[in-house]
Amino acid sequence: MTLVYASELKRFSAGERKYAFLIPSSMVLELDNEVRSILDALEDGPKPIEALTTSPGAEGALRELARVGAVHRDGAPDIPLTQLATPPEPPPLSTIVLNVTNSCNLSCRYCYEYGEDRLEEPAPAQVMSVETARQSVDTLFAESGRNDKLQITFFGGETLLNFKVIGPTVDYARQRAREEGKFVDFSLTTNATLLTRKISQWLADNRIGVTVSIDGPKEIQDSMRVYGKTGMGSYDIVAPRIKELLSIYTTRPIGARVTLTSKVIDVPKIFHHLTEEMGFYEVGFAPVTSSTGLDYAIDGNGLDQLLEQFRALGERYVEAALAGKYLGFANLSDMLGEIHEGVAKAYPCGAGLGLLGVAPGGEIGLCHRFAGSGDHDFGHVKTGVDASKRIEHLERGHIDKRIDCSTCWVRSLCSGGCYHEAQVRYGDRFRPNLHYCDWIREWTAMGLEVYAKLLDGNPEFLDRFDQRKVA
Amino acid sequence: MKHLKARNCKAEAVMEFLEAEDGGVKALQDDAAPHVPAGCTTIFSPGWEVDATGGTANLCQPMERDLYDCYKTCFWPAQVPDYLNNNPDWHSGCASATQDWRKIDLIFP
Repeated sequence: MTLVYASELKRFSAGERKYAFLIPSSMVLELDNEVRSILDALEDGPKPIEALTTSPGAEGALRELARVGAVHRDGAPDIPLTQLATPPEPPPLSTIVLNVTNSCNLSCRYCYEYGEDRLEEPAPAQVMSVETARQSVDTLFAESGRNDKLQITFFGGETLLNFKVIGPTVDYARQRAREEGKFVDFSLTTNATLLTRKISQWLADNRIGVTVSIDGPKEIQDSMRVYGKTGMGSYDIVAPRIKELLSIYTTRPIGARVTLTSKVIDVPKIFHHLTEEMGFYEVGFAPVTSSTGLDYAIDGNGLDQLLEQFRALGERYVEAALAGKYLGFANLSDMLGEIHEGVAKAYPCGAGLGLLGVAPGGEIGLCHRFAGSGDHDFGHVKTGVDASKRIEHLERGHIDKRIDCSTCWVRSLCSGGCYHEAQVRYGDRFRPNLHYCDWIREWTAMGLEVYAKLLDGNPEFLDRFDQRKVA
Repeated sequence: MKHLKARNCKAEAVMEFLEAEDGGVKALQDDAAPHVPAGCTTIFSPGWEVDATGGTANLCQPMERDLYDCYKTCFWPAQVPDYLNNNPDWHSGCASATQDWRKIDLIFP
């Protein structure tokens, strides 16, 4: 007797239509009644083929399920976690993040660089020289292989404290790109305290992608994002500067990046302020990175509250999308983009894969969060990237090595979560971030529901996520 | 497939692959018409032939011009480099097949 087993999949629906998200391939399939009956029957365990093929169309339905790997036979292994082995040599780089300074004029209480959760004691203030920035650009081009679209991101500390290095670096990178027949794009993250009309104009003229770190309206911004010596809040300084930037720079969407803490979890208020009142195109929310026990860390109830608020904003997103409009809830857009594409990740992010970070002194780290930390040195821009370190990272960070993730249905989208969060929380960047697994699963389930509603009500809206059309 | 419908890009790609697999290599199957490049004699693709002596030296067009029919219209991997993965630029020196076919270089694995 041959038994048929259901493979890993997550079922979801919108109205009458029923779907399945397959793991680990990340395929989204719409199911007809016959397929649904088979999957229903398999929910409480394997069944003999004969028991599943009683209706006329069932045999064909079962065969189709087997072809896509949604069911498998007794003894036949499930589809392996990923078909991709660790590459024999590190893949070419596409992105480099330059920490142009490690200094900041703010002292946000939760900062991983200056707050209670820093990986190391604060290093003496450093600024990147033009020479080091040029060497970083050379490193990116040298390691870029066949990638012809490259990305350079300027980061800090507060990036604009070392604004003078950015202009020459952009010019140099553009010159290198012309010589090599490649395209290079730039982006920058800033706390907006040092924006001037001249800088905003320069950013617009050079089409530099801009993300502003801001936490929301005055009372929320000023509770955490403060000046070091005085403890003075920064809202009154940044608000007019951001408005000026948004009025000058209209040719590229500018996003806000919000750090959420347990002190204030008020997503609707923050979102309304930053989009409607301030004029940002998109807002992305990130719960603060922290080790346990800190009073601003979001745990338990706070995470539930956050999920509810995300759900409510998600409903508004769907309403807008069904009316053909875009609501700039970046977290949801990012997830819908991944679901639409069918991303199946072997690694949680691009760090070490196509992206590396450079510290002000030229030391290369896994990403901007690790750059400059001695334990995570991936080489130096003067001497080049240490390929063996990248291989070691890719071997150890592969999803197949994360036993805790092996039974989780969101593993191909989450892949264990942020290396830096894990380093802060567990002292080991390769450990999955188990403290928010439940949250990620619920959030992803919500994303699938939203995806289903859009498939049902306005599938054309999803074209905006179609990578193939973008390319 | 009748019972499953692809609803994201990954599923579309997998379905496409599976359907192609089901179909086999159509150009070489008896029950399907062999693939003939459209308008082959007018687009400098006289291909698939030998001259009166059974060789290729006296073809009305140089045989190298057949390469393009082994490339995208009817991929014939033994004859042209693997343009999908390893040699996407193999014919970059050859802007016009009628003029520049001599510039197509050999690719050594």
